[in-house]
Order: sequence, then structure tokens, then C-alpha cells
Amino acid sequence: MNDYLRHLTPTHQVAALFLIVFGLLTVVTSAVFLLGLRERRHPVHGERWREELAHLAKLLQTTWWMVAVFWIGWTLGDTAATVLFALISFFALREFITLSPTRRGDHRSLLLAFFVVLPVQYWLVASAHFDLFTVFVPVYVFLAIPVVSALADDPNHFLERNAKLQWGIMVCVYGMSHVPALLLLEFPGFEGKSAFLVFFLVGVVQSCMLAQHLVGRLMGRPAFAPNVSRSFNWFGCGIGLALGCVLGAVFSFITPFKYGQAMAMALIACVAGAMGHLVMKALKRDRGIPNWGRRSTGVTGANGLLDRVDALCFAAPIFFHSVRWYFGV
Amino acid sequence: MWAGKWLGWMLLALVRLLTGAQARWWGCPPKAERRIYFANHQSHLDLVMIWAALPHELRTITRPIAARDYWANTPVKRWITTEVFNAIYVERGGTPAPAADGEAPADPLAPLQPLIEALRSGDSIIIFPEGTRGHTGEPQKFKSGLYTLAQMFPEVVLVPAWIDNVQRVMPKGEIVPVPILCSVTFGAPIALAPGEERRAFLERAREAVVALRDV
Repeated sequence: MNDYLRHLTPTHQVAALFLIVFGLLTVVTSAVFLLGLRERRHPVHGERWREELAHLAKLLQTTWWMVAVFWIGWTLGDTAATVLFALISFFALREFITLSPTRRGDHRSLLLAFFVVLPVQYWLVASAHFDLFTVFVPVYVFLAIPVVSALADDPNHFLERNAKLQWGIMVCVYGMSHVPALLLLEFPGFEGKSAFLVFFLVGVVQSCMLAQHLVGRLMGRPAFAPNVSRSFNWFGCGIGLALGCVLGAVFSFITPFKYGQAMAMALIACVAGAMGHLVMKALKRDRGIPNWGRRSTGVTGANGLLDRVDALCFAAPIFFHSVRWYFGV
Repeated sequence: MWAGKWLGWMLLALVRLLTGAQARWWGCPPKAERRIYFANHQSHLDLVMIWAALPHELRTITRPIAARDYWANTPVKRWITTEVFNAIYVERGGTPAPAADGEAPADPLAPLQPLIEALRSGDSIIIFPEGTRGHTGEPQKFKSGLYTLAQMFPEVVLVPAWIDNVQRVMPKGEIVPVPILCSVTFGAPIALAPGEERRAFLERAREAVVALRDV
């Protein structure tokens, strides 16, 4: 089996990977669906059990979406994948800005963020200008945004407004843009298989977040920072990180890393993701909202997108730089 | 005709991309009956927003009103408003203000004539009873056009609507919109009570709109 997989071309290997993931998802989704069906006919479990099942179904739905998006991105090629991530960035930033109060004076800065910074950043990624793309936002945009704001002649809450906008750009655009950047890394002997790196990062981080979330939900440990997050505790976080590491080691065969290296990379990504998620929770609390949806009335497709991708936005840059720095690619 | 339709789809896609244009049918379901939607007015884009938020079946039978001096001042805008939005032009501040001393203006029905015709022909209409755009976020006093229409067409359903966030998308004086999520909340219909006085009714209608802000 292993030999057979090894002898496939990289394209076939990636295709096989997606096939396996889709298969697993189908199995789990059918199981959940049948459980729900049986429960509706002969209710044996309590209200809470049904709630958990509905919650799980919702998580699965999100996972389906994500995998489908990645699959489409991969089939259409690197450029299309970059455009796809740019769109996700756009929707995430739209959510972030919607829920951060802006003033009329911010209009030009917002235009700059959405219609100049975002496309330029992704263009730099797509054209593999690695040196420029890592400094474009923290150096150039960091200066440009407050200048445009200052020219708008509105000093009210100036620092606060600019900080918000820059945070939005940093998380939603800069962080997210490092995911497609992984596609363009060139490891010797790993050509054409960079999609595995993206899969590795997303799989490890999302599994870690999922485990942490479920443990926090099912085992009511006291929260560590209840004012920021009512579910975050070190126990759940530890389990999530452990699962992330184990998965990282298991998946080391699809990456250019050895076991130990894969585990370390997974750990780095998971810590960044989990802590990033916590930071975003603090931001949400500051704004007085439970999640990044439109007042929690999730109807349109884009609602609550930021909740799903914020861990990835924090994990991706750190993972990207660790890999680049350690392996010198 | 096909150009109008095609442009309509393009515009709809653009509005959805920029704002989400989410409709929240909170107090009534979307239904093909003769309705007067009345909403708060903060931006010229209100018209576009509520047009985009309606489901397709209702969009074709619902006609928004558009201020003639803004929406008809260039050939392009005029073409869009008539071909895409199927709008009814009114003069700005056209519906006469309720006279403070209870005296009726010269001809109260003249500015409402296009709206009356649209309702008579079976269409629904979207009106902004404030008459002009507010700047404070708090809707201004409603003008009496809504009352007159409610009196003339007692069988037409009056649906309040709150358009949220649009003023942030394109503040006054800017021409490029910023992507920010907006929503339109439709509330429970109100009706003119028998013998209800004009000012009391208009105040009640305004409160019905404001109440939707926080649902």
C-alpha cells in the first residue's frame, strides 16, 4: 500500500489524499445523519445530547465547506488557489470591519485596505516576491494607513481607529496570505507537492482547535480567563496540542519533514493557532459580541467566517517562517 | 430590456459582494401581495440595498421611489433607475410636511400621484417617509405621505423596514463604496386604526421602524 502510494506521481498522491479525506467525511456525516434520524424516530437521549449532535453536524458542515474549497483551489492550480484565499481574506476583513466602529474619516483608509493592500499582498504572493510580501504589510502599509487617516482630518479616537484597521489587515490579509504562500515554497525533492504542506497546516491546526473546542464543551473545567473566553482552559488546550502533535507525526510522510521535525512544526502551528484564537476572542469580547457573525443571525454564507479561520490566520505566518528559516528554502 | 436585466444581475452580485445585502424577515414573510415598505433613510444607496435584499419574485413587482435630483441627473443613472430598479421618481421633499397648525397644503395629492398610480396598477412600493437623508442615525419625523397612502389604500399591507449600516458603506461625498455588511430587517405590518389621527399614526410608524434596529 505504502509502496503503491510512493510510486504515484505527486498529482495522483494529492488526489488520493483528497479522496481519503472526502471518504472519511462522507462516513462521519452519514453516521451523524443516521444517528439523528434514529433519534427522531425513537428519542432515547436527552435534550443536551441532541444539542451536541446538532453542534457536531454544524462543525461537519464547516469542514465540508473547507475541504471543498481546498479541493477546488487545488484542481484549479496555484494562481486560482491564491485568488480563492484572497476572497476568503476579503470576506474575513469585511466581517472584521463591519463589527469595528469606523468613522467617516476612515473611508479612504478602508478603501486602501480593501482595494489596494489586499490585492497587492496576494499579487506579491502569487508572483513569489517572498522578500517583499513578508514586509509589505508591517512596513509599508503600517505607515500608509495612518497617513491616509491623518489626511482625512479627523483626530477623534485616531490611535484606536488606526489600530483596529491595522489589526484587521494584519490578521485577515497578512496572516491569511501565508497559506497560499506555502504552495510556492520549493523544497528540494518535494516539487509539485506543496499542496501537502497546506493540507498539513490546515489539518493539524483545525484538528487541534476542534479537539480543544469539544473538550472545553464536554468536560466543564473552569475557564482560565473567563472574562475573555468561557471555554478556554489549559486542559483542553493541552489535549488539542497533543492531538495536533500526534497528527503532525502521523502525517509526516506527506511532508518533507522527519517525525521529530513534523511534530515540532505541528506544535508551533497549533500553539500559534490556539493562542491566536484566544486573542480574537478577546477582541470580540471588547466589541461585546459572541461571534463574528452578523449579530448571530447566521443566514448568509459569509457569516461567522472569521470564527472559523482566525486560528489559521495566526498559525500560517509562524508556520511559514519557521519552515523557511529552519529549512532555508 | 436584456441589457437592463443583465446589468441588474451584475449589480446584484456587486451589492452582495460588498455588503451581503442580507434580508431578515423578522415580522412578516416575503409574500407577493400589495405592500408599502417604509424604511429609514440614511444614504442614496438605501434604495439599492432594499432592492437587493428582496427575493427575486418580489423585486420585479416592487418599485422603490428615487429622488429625481440625484437619480435622474445623468443619463446613466436615469437609465439604471428606470431599467434596473424600475423606480418611481419623486421630487425631493415632495410629500408635503404636516403643517404645524393643522392647515392642509395646497394640493397634498400632487406629489404622491406617481405612487398612487403604481399602487393602483398592483405594484408594491418602497418609500422613505423621512423625505430626506438623516445624519444622526436617529430617523427624523415622518412626512404625511405614508398617512395619505394608508388612508387611500386600506387594503395594502404596511411593512416597516430598518436598513442597517448603509451610511458606512458610502458616506456623503464619497463615490467608491467600502465593503461592509449591511442588512434590511422587515418588521410586523402595521395598519391604520379607524379614526386614527395623522400625527399619532406617523409617530407609531416611525417607532415601528426604530424598534427594528435592535432585533
